[in-house]
Amino acid sequence: MSQARRSIARSIAAHGVLILWTVIALFPVFVTVVNSFKSRKAIFAEPLALPGPESFDLVGYATVLKQGDFFQYFLNSMTVTVGSLFFVLLFGAMAAFALSEYRFRGNGLMGLYLALGIMIPIRLGTVAILQLMVASGLVNTLTALVLVYTAQGLPLAVFILSEFMRNVSADLKNAGRIDGLSEYTIFFKLVLPLVRPAMATVAVFTLIPIWNDLWFPLILAPSEATKTITLGSQVFIGQFVTNWNAVLAALSLAIVPVLILYLIFSRQLIRGITAGAVK
Amino acid sequence: MKGKLHIAVFLAPAVLVYTAIMIVPLFGTLNLSLFNLDAAKERVFVGLANFATLFGDPRWSDSFWNALGNNAWFFVVHMLVQNPIGIALAAILSSPRLRFAAFYRTAIFIPTILSFVIVGFVWKLILSPIWGIAPGMLDAVGLKALFAPWLGKEEYALTTLALISVWQFVGIPMMLIYAALLSIPDEVIEAAEMDGVTGWSQFWKIKLPLILPSIGIISILTFVGNFNAFDLIYVAQGALAGPNFSTDILGTFLYRTFFGFQLQLGDPHMGATIATAMFFIILIGVCVYLFAIQTRLRRYQF
Repeated sequence: MSQARRSIARSIAAHGVLILWTVIALFPVFVTVVNSFKSRKAIFAEPLALPGPESFDLVGYATVLKQGDFFQYFLNSMTVTVGSLFFVLLFGAMAAFALSEYRFRGNGLMGLYLALGIMIPIRLGTVAILQLMVASGLVNTLTALVLVYTAQGLPLAVFILSEFMRNVSADLKNAGRIDGLSEYTIFFKLVLPLVRPAMATVAVFTLIPIWNDLWFPLILAPSEATKTITLGSQVFIGQFVTNWNAVLAALSLAIVPVLILYLIFSRQLIRGITAGAVK
Repeated sequence: MKGKLHIAVFLAPAVLVYTAIMIVPLFGTLNLSLFNLDAAKERVFVGLANFATLFGDPRWSDSFWNALGNNAWFFVVHMLVQNPIGIALAAILSSPRLRFAAFYRTAIFIPTILSFVIVGFVWKLILSPIWGIAPGMLDAVGLKALFAPWLGKEEYALTTLALISVWQFVGIPMMLIYAALLSIPDEVIEAAEMDGVTGWSQFWKIKLPLILPSIGIISILTFVGNFNAFDLIYVAQGALAGPNFSTDILGTFLYRTFFGFQLQLGDPHMGATIATAMFFIILIGVCVYLFAIQTRLRRYQF
């Protein structure tokens, strides 16, 4: 009896703590999105109330859509993210296959060399990266960002994918070789489809920091035509600090796409982080 | 054997991009820190003179030591607040037969996926005395006297920003520790229960020693992330890291020096010098982790 009561008490305490932190985690997002739909007066009078028929107002969104070139920023972010993701996954998988499949001299060293970038942030090379981009005329192009993010994403991609590729059955590949398939066919037709779950994990890990990055867009591509959504909203909000409706609407517009993507892929992401621990 | 050309083909794209965009510029930056302009504006080799300036010349060293000290405090707050909260949440989440665990996990991780721009501005609004959400809520629980414009006060601003960053990133230690806790085999837990070790003492005596390697990993990830941080401070306080540089960390100091800000001209040589100093700080941290911590932690093979 007392055992049962203690376990109930413990479970209530556990839920209490988790609910408390969930509220803390979600409250700022909630306040922002809710107030973005209200009139200026209502934002200040009752910041915690839901928008009602009297306080409902889309003036913030109207300002954002009229003033900021958010559609362009969004396209830029998509181009950069999808482009970098494609190269990280393709080049990363190829290198991971070479490292996990073949024995050659320097294999271990090459793996270590590529893994260096997991611990040493690429930002520390910014001074020389900017000089490189200036010299090659790539400043204020999306290509510069794609190149930098590809280099940034490769170390972790190679590391994770080679772990997974070691587990692909050798019999399958050898059967392919006996059938006369080239090494390239084996890689693209046999191995790649088998590591697709790992590719999805790598994709989510690569995508979030690229989409959210402020440093490289600010330094390499700050022009109006190449601004990403992260930089674009930072600049926009900086100019409209006193227009609360516009600021809250811009923030909500920046939150919602990421949130939707996250809710679609969260199982993939969480499975990726907890890989190997699933019983 | 059909030759080894295919190995080179598989490796080449990744190695080329990685080397050209990451490794060469990194060493280029390290190299640039050994040069500066002479009186005739010619680039000359100056050896370690830039570092002597950075560490010793009061015009530079005051800012540098201030940024380094602030950065260290930023890291300490993360270690003392973020990682214990993350571990506690993971320990609760991993308890067997907990309902809604997937919901909590998903919800608590949401701040981590948001960009610094969103996080910085949202918290700026919430803590703003003009809007009054924070003072209003403190008033509701009778603590209104505690309110201060935290981001605007020199003595509180850095800690406030560190706590905002903790709020954002607590999901990462939570997930990694959660994974580590799940990978402890049932037999170990059952054996502990047979011996009457349950609840808290089970966590302290059985589980915690088993997840120490994961705690080591989150510590070094926190270290690298913190000493490379820039975005949150830049968004919330601007490149001048106000009030009065009290929130200046190495990332914002590097940005201001390299890029220039307002009246100050950009200086690639001193920028490279700061980046090099950051490189060695991170390298020392990683080496301490690899050689001193990781090798001493006992790994348990199940």
